[in-house]
Amino acid sequence: MSRVEAITVRDSLSVSLTVGAYGIAFGAASVANGFSVLQSCLLSLLTFSGASQFAVIGVIGAGGSALSAIASASLLGVRNGLYGVIMAPRLKVKGFKRMIAAHITIDESTAVALGAEKRGPDAMRDGFWLTGFGVFFFWNLFTLVGALSAQAMGDTRAWGLDSAVPAAFLGLVWPRLENNRDRALAIGSVIFALAMTPVLPAGLPIIASAFIAIAVGLRP
Amino acid sequence: MSIFWIATIGTSVIAFALKLSGHSIPAHWLEHPTIARINALIPIALLSALVGVQTFTEKNKIMIDHRLAGVSVAVIALLLKAPFPIVVLSSAITSAAIYNWF
Repeated sequence: MSRVEAITVRDSLSVSLTVGAYGIAFGAASVANGFSVLQSCLLSLLTFSGASQFAVIGVIGAGGSALSAIASASLLGVRNGLYGVIMAPRLKVKGFKRMIAAHITIDESTAVALGAEKRGPDAMRDGFWLTGFGVFFFWNLFTLVGALSAQAMGDTRAWGLDSAVPAAFLGLVWPRLENNRDRALAIGSVIFALAMTPVLPAGLPIIASAFIAIAVGLRP
Repeated sequence: MSIFWIATIGTSVIAFALKLSGHSIPAHWLEHPTIARINALIPIALLSALVGVQTFTEKNKIMIDHRLAGVSVAVIALLLKAPFPIVVLSSAITSAAIYNWF
């Protein structure tokens, strides 16, 4: 790595620190939904993808099966694969380095890298690695803090955590709602999932909502 | 093995497999605009469904309780463009207040 530009460092660091706040929310929500501190930390270390992690604890917390939880999380993980397709030709790494690059290929590292595209391929690569490692460090640190705090609380409902979890989901989905089609899809998915709740086994209403997204996406 | 361990390990293995596959397959396989569009919409549907289920259900029943107040405050915070920690905290405080006092 040659000398890293100050602007790349600033972008990467501010993103990494901001994401830490989500880490606290994840760790706390995970324990509130029945996962142990160790399991919560392993999810952050090994899955390392916020939306997927929130989905897996959300589905289990709603009483869903392990299979429903894994399927929901994996559907949300597909986009990391698409980011990999974008990043691979720009990073040009092989072997062990490619495995590490893959593990830190997430929303934030890809976004900072693409944001640095105008400043050249070096800035792009620096942005990717710095943000990837930065988010990894803070996300895992703050997951531990959140999980230990929730464990110390006892009845997490008395601390409002059962409401903080859907609020966190809302905070994740809100910036993605760019137009009326997105907003209609969001509201439609809520109504659909609630209508299916008494009918389908827990967890399935959430996965089934992906089919609405596919139906909407098939229309140009 | 408990459901929590199966979910933890299964999610982690598939998450890494998906990430690595992206770094390994030819780019032109996924360039179709329909795939890009569906990929952007799936998180919206899944996360919204999760908001609904976590706010309004208890096992297989629809339930209206303190969580609705908390999530309503989160909506107001988001409409006021509050940062993420404020959204989550204001929601938790509202919900906890109602849970403890009623």
